Amino acid sequence: MNLTALKERASLYQQVRVFFARRNVLEVETPALSQAGNTDPFIDSFSANTAEGLRWLHTSPEYPMKRLLAAGCGDIYQLCKVWRRDERGSRHNPEFTMLEWYRLGISYQQLMQEVADLLHTLVPHLQKAPRFFTYRDLFLETLAIDPHVAGEAELAACAHAQGININGVMPAQGWRDLLLTHCVEPQFPSDQLTFVYHYPASQSALAKVEQSEGQWVAQRFEVYLGGLELGNGYQEQTDAAQNRRILEQDAAARGNDIPVDERFLAALETGLPECAGVAIGIDRVLMCRMQVDDIKQVIPFTWEVA
Amino acid sequence: MATYGSNDLRVGVKIILNGDPYTVVESDFVKPGKGQAFTRARVRNLKTGRTIEQTFKSTETHEGADVEDRDMEYLYTDGENWTFMDTTTFEQLDASATAMADTVKWLKGNEKCIVTLWNGVPLQVTPPNFAELKITQTDPGLRGDTATGGTKPATLETGAVVKVPLYMEEGEILKIDTRTGEYVSRVKA
Repeated sequence: MNLTALKERASLYQQVRVFFARRNVLEVETPALSQAGNTDPFIDSFSANTAEGLRWLHTSPEYPMKRLLAAGCGDIYQLCKVWRRDERGSRHNPEFTMLEWYRLGISYQQLMQEVADLLHTLVPHLQKAPRFFTYRDLFLETLAIDPHVAGEAELAACAHAQGININGVMPAQGWRDLLLTHCVEPQFPSDQLTFVYHYPASQSALAKVEQSEGQWVAQRFEVYLGGLELGNGYQEQTDAAQNRRILEQDAAARGNDIPVDERFLAALETGLPECAGVAIGIDRVLMCRMQVDDIKQVIPFTWEVA
Repeated sequence: MATYGSNDLRVGVKIILNGDPYTVVESDFVKPGKGQAFTRARVRNLKTGRTIEQTFKSTETHEGADVEDRDMEYLYTDGENWTFMDTTTFEQLDASATAMADTVKWLKGNEKCIVTLWNGVPLQVTPPNFAELKITQTDPGLRGDTATGGTKPATLETGAVVKVPLYMEEGEILKIDTRTGEYVSRVKA
């Protein structure tokens, strides 16, 4: 137990609440245990047996918050615990704190600015203005490879040329993820935020896509401090049919082990207002604020001793 | 033998990788926001001692390596194999020249060694940290040179050749650090 970390966390929560109160963003709460779960093929949910059947612990409050948006609640934020199975390491704890918010009628570019404002408030030693890069430019600059054009073999050859030892086969996106985590992210400056946007359209999740320089890209961004990823934001996909396609495709990819959230999809049918949203890993922000490099230093009782 | 998921690759876990036994020296979980998770590890090859960086996909499973360290006493060699005994069970095992590697240079008999077994077969033998051995051949020392200064090669009773101070003579016993192969001190007979 680290008393400094507890105090820093409490004061950080207070600053978050002041930040959103000043901007008239409403704090909300949504259920942590739901009848449907996240179908993202790379995120695993915990489940719990209840008298009413199996329920899933949320991995982010995205679906119910969008139900609130569709119901007309306006700008909202939520600060809550979320759970992701098997994510454990120096930057991951399976139970962690997430800050998620949605702003109506703004673009993801404007949201990036708001994220920077908040992070500069929460991590006061950040002085320099943030950097903004497209996914493609980062790969071109660091690895001289166009991630939208290069195929599986070329990406794999690039990874091996970078001295990465890994066995087996992966789809092209697996190699992009590998190059991003092993070669690109470590180059980010540690005293300045880095925003990465225009991910490959296949990585859009529930973000809108657009055409840029002849490629379909996602209107999605990630924000980093140094190589530490802090958050992930979208220009939210408002098209109900497109949302359904993504969820069903993801559910199928993971063998339909988790039911698609039909209440979420039904809410979208009634109309999700144009909005941008983002989720920030608060424990990691606390790591940046306290300038420590292991998540264990900011969580009083981590998974191993919970 | 156990199998491990990539997430179970904690420090000290021993697995088979590319046919060889490895021990995990360091590992961390890495994952981009939306995408494939990896375990990024440093692993040491238990046959060669070499450490490499290796990345594992989160979905991979790994066969555990049946590796254990046993305290055993060196008995004798027939020139091809080196025989060790477990002093509690009296079980005897033969280590090959490959498993012995440089360790043969420090053994004359009855040393307590650590024998690393893989599937019950000696993979590596670690000698005691210090050996006390007699000089069987060395050139005569220079008269008067008893303090600091140069060294000369000396052949020991096991055949090992080490650098010793110029004043050391044949028949003397010296203490060697087997981890570095360096002379430590003279042992009074």
